[in-house]
Amino acid sequence: MSTNSQRRIDVAGFAIALLLLALAGLVWWDMSKLQILSPYDLGPKVMPIVVSIGLVLLAIGNGISALRGDLPERESLDWKPIVLIFSGLAILITFIALGWGFMIGTAILFAATSTAFGRRAFLVDLLIGAGLAVLVYLLLGKLLTLSLPAGPIEKLF
Amino acid sequence: MEAFYSLANGLTVAIQPMNLLFALIGVLLGTAVGVLPGIGPALTVALLLPITFKLDPAGSIIMFAGIYYGGMYGGSTTAILINTPGESASMATALEGNKMAKAGRGGPALATSAIGSFVAGTIATLGLTFLAPYLVDIAVSFGPEDYFALMCVAFVTVSATFGDSPVRGLTSLFIGLTLGLVGIDILSGQSRLSFGIPELYDNIEVTTLAVGLFAIGEALYVASRRHIQEEKLEPVRGSLWMTKEDWKRSWKPWLRGTAFGFPIGALPAGGAEIPTFLSYSTERRLTKHPEEFGHGAIEGVAGPEAANNASAAGTLVPLLTLGLPTSATAAMLLAGFQQYGLNPGPLLFADQPNLVWGLIASLFIANAMLLVLNLPLVGLWVRLLAIPQPWLYAGILVFATIGTIAANPSPVELIMLTVFGVLGFLMRRFDFPIAPVVVGLILGPIAESQLRRALSISLGDPMVLLQSPISATLLAIALIALVLPFVMKGMGRFKAVED
Repeated sequence: MSTNSQRRIDVAGFAIALLLLALAGLVWWDMSKLQILSPYDLGPKVMPIVVSIGLVLLAIGNGISALRGDLPERESLDWKPIVLIFSGLAILITFIALGWGFMIGTAILFAATSTAFGRRAFLVDLLIGAGLAVLVYLLLGKLLTLSLPAGPIEKLF
Repeated sequence: MEAFYSLANGLTVAIQPMNLLFALIGVLLGTAVGVLPGIGPALTVALLLPITFKLDPAGSIIMFAGIYYGGMYGGSTTAILINTPGESASMATALEGNKMAKAGRGGPALATSAIGSFVAGTIATLGLTFLAPYLVDIAVSFGPEDYFALMCVAFVTVSATFGDSPVRGLTSLFIGLTLGLVGIDILSGQSRLSFGIPELYDNIEVTTLAVGLFAIGEALYVASRRHIQEEKLEPVRGSLWMTKEDWKRSWKPWLRGTAFGFPIGALPAGGAEIPTFLSYSTERRLTKHPEEFGHGAIEGVAGPEAANNASAAGTLVPLLTLGLPTSATAAMLLAGFQQYGLNPGPLLFADQPNLVWGLIASLFIANAMLLVLNLPLVGLWVRLLAIPQPWLYAGILVFATIGTIAANPSPVELIMLTVFGVLGFLMRRFDFPIAPVVVGLILGPIAESQLRRALSISLGDPMVLLQSPISATLLAIALIALVLPFVMKGMGRFKAVED
């Protein structure tokens, strides 16, 4: 045991421990609403009980790790690319939810991701993404007859 | 001898032209994605699962196995040429292999890793052939409580015993087990952790989880720290071929690596890190050229690569005979079986001998194909590394999202994919292992059904788990495997204080 008084308390580590505790509570609460059908055993409740007890123990374990500073050093983080990729995913999800098909959203996701990785040619990448979407649609939708969300553009094919 | 007969039977399945074609597609795809940084074999199988749904089961499972083996070959190429090991099992290869490439000996490094992988893969697949029938005979006598105990062993070894931190490994496992609870419980018809969302009623798709964790999580992670390090591709210079001296220095490490890799892979322990590490340190001790280690010693590539491949083949032993996946890729292969309603385990050997033995026989064929494809064509594979990183990851994200909606055409599925992507990103950032989540999701429900079967036979008495000698022994092993890393860590700290 080292006696480093300068050690900073690891906030992220404690956040992880608290999240695990919350998850354990959620599993336990959900379990308490289940009904037991057989008089002999706990049926569907067995596994949730085991899991939530395990999660509580692990929350304690993670809390101790955070206290000791066992978590690895974090490197500096660049938020811009993360925001870009999320925006791409959000646009794709919205378009599909609105029934506009997947092609436009896919093209935007492609261009957004490629921008996130440092390319500076959004319009070119948008076209490449669109080309890829058409290719995938022909391959999966037409050749393998899988159902992909179709919007006005997909119906042209 | 029975094994020989079964294998010969399997061979007649494997050499059917369609199955040969599937094996070829599998090894080509596997090598390609293995070479590409950022996509591993687990992700490839996950992406292909939804789109192979309508294909013939034997063919697509043969293809998945080809991807598995091919991914191992391709991964070593990347480790040697750009020194970014895609997985911790390629760490040793990257250490010595990249130094060899820098010194203009990239060709022999690639050759010794390819031939070593072939030797190890072939021996280990032979091991699988002869070991499987014995294990099947033993497993047939297992009751539900024994299976449950066996899965406990797998849970502990996969998450706690061999990782950096047992607490973080177990946390990953329990996240997976929690996700495994989601959905309608088949036995009682009640929904758990579904919150009235219809997409959650029929369980969390293994593919959505794996694609989210591996593809989206990896893309977010790499993008967020792109400013920190730049990857550099080492061109292959000089001769591709190994000299007589190289052969002399390689063959023993190949065999020793296999001897480490296969048994450790075949135990329900999982992870190729331990055997590759053991092989590396053994070669370092036994070499006649200790001065070369750390500067590009061929033994340091030959041994760990053989160990890596042998343990990959070893992982198939518990997967096929007991239905126990001990790595993320093995978990995806299990999901591949399940999508056709097939459950790996002793019964599969009895019900579908053609499929199982056809698969095993095709592993030999895939291995031979890989040797032929990799040595002369290595220049072609290396070109894949020239794909610009932005397009590579953009392409990965496009395939990840489309694959997911092709399996479940619903925006909710994509939201889940994104959530799992965030989870994967955070787990990478805080150094939580990913594989136990996937293993927990797929093995959790199976373990639960075995446990409940055992409890309903015993009328709810949990002591049934200790009354069966097999189950009691296995639970004791699981307990030891759980406590061991904590004790060892404590001892390590004690030693450090003494110094």
